[in-house]
Amino acid sequence: MNLKYIIAGLAISLLASWSMEGQQIGKNQKGSFVLQNATIHTVTKGDVNGSVLIEDGRISAVGNVTAPADAKSIDCSGLHIYPGLIDGGTTLGLSEVNSVSVTDDRNEIGDFTPHAQSLTAVNPNSVAIPVTRVNGITSVITKPTGGMFPGTASLINLVGYTPDQMYAGFKAVLLNFPSSAKRHRRDRRSVEDRKKAGEKAMKKLDDIWKKAKLHADLLSKGQKTEYNPDLDALVSVVAGDTPLMIEANKKEDILAAISWVRKNKVKAILTGCSEGFRVVDSLVVSGIPVITGPMMSMPPRSSDRYDKAYSNVGLMAKGGVKVAIRSNQNENVRNLPFEAGFAAAYGLGKEEALKAVTINPAEIFGLGDQLGSIEAGKIANIIVTDGDPFETKTQVKYIIINGWQVPTESRHTLLYDEFLERSPGLDK
Amino acid sequence: MNLIIKIGILILFTNGLLAQQGGSILIKNGTVITVTNGVIENADVLVQDGKIKQIGPNLSAGSSTKVVDASGQYVMPGIIDAHSHIGIDAVNEATNPVTAEVFVGDAINPMSISVYRALAGGVTVSHAMHGSANAIGGQCETIKHRFGTWDPEEMKMKGAPRTIKFALGENPMRVHGEGRGIQPKTRMGVEMVFRSSFSEAKRYMEAQKMHQQKMSDKAYKGVPPTYNERLEVLADILRGEIIVHCHSYRADEIYMLLQVLEDFGVKKICFQHVNEGFKVAPELAAYGAGASVFADWWAYKFEVYYSTAYNATILTKNGVLTSINSDSGELIRHLFHEAAKTQRYGELSDEEALKLITINPAKQLGIDNRVGSLEVGKDGDIAIFNHHPLSVYTIPQMTIVDGVVRFDINNDNDDMRLAVDPEEEIPAFFDYQNEKHHDRCMEGVAEQLFQFSSHKH
Repeated sequence: MNLKYIIAGLAISLLASWSMEGQQIGKNQKGSFVLQNATIHTVTKGDVNGSVLIEDGRISAVGNVTAPADAKSIDCSGLHIYPGLIDGGTTLGLSEVNSVSVTDDRNEIGDFTPHAQSLTAVNPNSVAIPVTRVNGITSVITKPTGGMFPGTASLINLVGYTPDQMYAGFKAVLLNFPSSAKRHRRDRRSVEDRKKAGEKAMKKLDDIWKKAKLHADLLSKGQKTEYNPDLDALVSVVAGDTPLMIEANKKEDILAAISWVRKNKVKAILTGCSEGFRVVDSLVVSGIPVITGPMMSMPPRSSDRYDKAYSNVGLMAKGGVKVAIRSNQNENVRNLPFEAGFAAAYGLGKEEALKAVTINPAEIFGLGDQLGSIEAGKIANIIVTDGDPFETKTQVKYIIINGWQVPTESRHTLLYDEFLERSPGLDK
Repeated sequence: MNLIIKIGILILFTNGLLAQQGGSILIKNGTVITVTNGVIENADVLVQDGKIKQIGPNLSAGSSTKVVDASGQYVMPGIIDAHSHIGIDAVNEATNPVTAEVFVGDAINPMSISVYRALAGGVTVSHAMHGSANAIGGQCETIKHRFGTWDPEEMKMKGAPRTIKFALGENPMRVHGEGRGIQPKTRMGVEMVFRSSFSEAKRYMEAQKMHQQKMSDKAYKGVPPTYNERLEVLADILRGEIIVHCHSYRADEIYMLLQVLEDFGVKKICFQHVNEGFKVAPELAAYGAGASVFADWWAYKFEVYYSTAYNATILTKNGVLTSINSDSGELIRHLFHEAAKTQRYGELSDEEALKLITINPAKQLGIDNRVGSLEVGKDGDIAIFNHHPLSVYTIPQMTIVDGVVRFDINNDNDDMRLAVDPEEEIPAFFDYQNEKHHDRCMEGVAEQLFQFSSHKH
């Protein structure tokens, strides 16, 4: 072969290898895996030393396992295995660049759009998804925002190229409970105006609910109705099958939401609850679980102690409320483990904090037998770390989501690889 | 009435006097993280009259000195935030692409509860910055968190170098180009604003100089050039008397400003946010420019879509003087955690990570001779933590400014407000959880220019 061709061939292969660098994330891999010799933090059955076997997308054995010959062995000596972390509330995949409205699918027009499906608008190729999962988050609730009924939230696994591949088996209709609170710090409406707006919204909610019940009733009697996709979306909620995720933050709003739930007998999950610490007893009596966060947030009132947002979840849990944690984030859902860390430090404790991002949300979503712990039979959502997953300096070494081994890469790591020692540096 | 005012003035005066003089305190048996001279186990730190007098084992002080037992705790220099908007009542004078004559120091609000909340996160000094609506914004103020005083003057860190805010990219383009139909509307226009402003200032300086020289000629009957405060400030930048702190995101615009500054001989520059600083890290290092960055903010606007949380690490490893800032009344409360994120994203050492919130921002503000490390002779600005400050589980215990305890977790009432807003519903509830995530640099612009009913970021 001519030397010229050899050089050209070398140049091409070199270029090909360059173009791989800093450009794209590697492929996901499926198969049987055995994660060997780790400390396994099962969450539900204590800590175990041993291995975890993954077959057909599920955990098939924990502890002393006999791996089939074709299983890919991953040495986890000195490492820690945890269930993948679950974020109880995000807008991940619904907005790519928040200030560029054409990339923002979070908020559909209209106050009453329960049929707006977050799963429809999730962009499986959002750059933020790999950025999130490399920090150990394997599933999130992604939810529309804005209006009284913003839409339907979905639990998604952070692997897959279509919404159906990502869907993790739970949906809930969202309700922003009527409120007289200031919407933000520059909300200049008077106290009276806000109160009036709250009362008006409450009346509207009751009207909607009356209609929804009537609609469900007619359908159950086999009657034909006009095309009502919004009311259709509430039929299973009225029946108590699909849960209603109710956002309420101000003390009075949480209390009003609790009595509204009692009156209308819906299956409810309360979200937000930034003043949950003020109404712990009522929350406990209601038996309604709470998804709260972010902890790294200002205290709800200027008169509140500086750490109230950090300690809120711990105060609710200590009182007996079932809690899960959310980041309420879009591009920085990756901070979920740190949110849990702060919650742990300010009263929740490490063990409960771990539950609040694993088994608790799984149970709240009715998926306690599928997700949230390292147990045989469960979906293989697993992270392997070199330490406490909440500790800031900990590195996530391996990620398995829905049985797929996912690369520990994201745009952020690829840019790091490319620019730590830029080439060319200062030379032209 | 007169008497009450006089007493009031007297109280203000004495309060201020105390704040300025500083207190004395002895912190015993802590793990002392000096930042510049390593970590000393079981050591004491003695602060006398506001200054660090001694660091070492078994120190003692006069019986009147307050003693704090820090056994099992971590003692570090007070945290410094090189980019903040807390403790001020106004952020943006967005009425012109150049407003160098404006002072943030005229809008200090010592009563702001945000200052106390920052103290509760170990932060003792912050750089109260003008906003980013203008290519050349207003002058900023370095404040000490002497929460408790009612006198705005006492919040100022006297002797700190003058600083000014510049801004590149979307914000000045949107406010002036899109919003008002004047230059700059593009990144080309932003460059034009700098070049024309500096050129004008240069001519102003030359005219002044010419006038001075001609004064010796007795026949000279000329008048000095008309006084112009804006040009005076720009001239001071050219003379190297003011440190430029420039809001920036994209690599190309950062590179542009470096070229402009080089052409006009301006050396003192610290880029702020500088999300794409990692792309031009060698150029920043070669110029001697600083970079003050977010730990992990990105994608909230298009300029920051191509970001990486490894920015601080890449900059540090390339020799750029780097700090991590908050630009937020919320984030400032856990800057220690923001600094720790460089250990997840790039595995920086403890010392490298802690420098990002202590001595490095001090250098960027030109106050490293007084704060940013625990060294004898420096100001008694100290933060005490129950665990290592880079652990996610750490909780700040006590924060000391000039030897005076300004935050003590064991002496903290729920309501620490110095003044209650009379127009505020008591106590008002704010739904912060539904606030959008963004930089605070554009605060006040919408109201000022467009009179929007709702705020657009």
